[in-house]
Amino acid sequence: MKWRFIAPALVFAALFAVFGLMLYRTHSGNYNPRDIGASPLLGKPAPQFSLAQVENIAKTVDTRTFAGKPYVVNVWATWCVACREEHATLLALARQNVVPIVGLDWNDDLSQAQRWLGALGNPYVATAFDSNGKVAIDFGVFGAPETFLIDANGIVQYKHAGVMTIEVWQREFITRLQAGNSP
Amino acid sequence: MKRKLLLSVILAWGLSGLAYAIDEAQAFEDPAMQARYLHLTRELRCLVCQNETIADSNVTLAADLRRELRGLLASGKSDDEVLKFLTDRYGDFVLYNPPLKARTWILWSAPIIVLLFAFGTAAVIIRRRARLPMDDETDAGTSAP
Repeated sequence: MKWRFIAPALVFAALFAVFGLMLYRTHSGNYNPRDIGASPLLGKPAPQFSLAQVENIAKTVDTRTFAGKPYVVNVWATWCVACREEHATLLALARQNVVPIVGLDWNDDLSQAQRWLGALGNPYVATAFDSNGKVAIDFGVFGAPETFLIDANGIVQYKHAGVMTIEVWQREFITRLQAGNSP
Repeated sequence: MKRKLLLSVILAWGLSGLAYAIDEAQAFEDPAMQARYLHLTRELRCLVCQNETIADSNVTLAADLRRELRGLLASGKSDDEVLKFLTDRYGDFVLYNPPLKARTWILWSAPIIVLLFAFGTAAVIIRRRARLPMDDETDAGTSAP
């Protein structure tokens, strides 16, 4: 008789705990329901591309230029609010001159992108113009901004989805860069 | 009168959704290819949307993925090759029908576990009821006043 009241309460408490934990972990950033396995690109060769350059459309940005040394690919667009948010951080990181940051301007308007770089400053060694999102698909991009760390062997070491911060940079990028340099 | 007009407009609007797919033009002349294309667009998740397939979404990424899909199919890739192309880039999350793996077994077995649990509960209840006497004199519902 007693179980009739206790059992539903226990089931409720169990569900409450499970949902509460998952919500908490989603909120605190420890769990992302979209990460059914992180990017499948991790540990694999980075996609190669050769695209027109935003800063000077007559030139091309080719990943072969950056091969042999680590580089970072930052996916951005002028329609992306979070990209504006991280822009100051990227400028600060570019000034540190630790690793070249290559821009990938995704599904954007060229003149607006040029104006953006002119007005806000340009943290990129070069920005590739991915007008139809083909290269972004190769990178498995699903939202801007996304930032990839590619090592000297051309292997994708890390992917950060979302706004780049100094903390993320130090914790995820710098530690991996240093680990790659030491051996 | 006005009401009827409004109603017909609303109904017609509803029908218009059925008449047009998201891309106005048919992707392939060949009906078999078109069927494969439509099938695949319904198997693939629009990654930036909340639970929409790339067939249903107007988002740029979904449109890009549909274009990529058309290109892959036109170049003679099989369905499996197309799906592999996408999971190599986006992982299993892009699939609406994820494969059975170590990390997805709970997803696939949960319905069976819940069903077995329900059957078990039902069996216990039915057995308990069966042990009760057939006619209950205290039951006011069945006895005539």
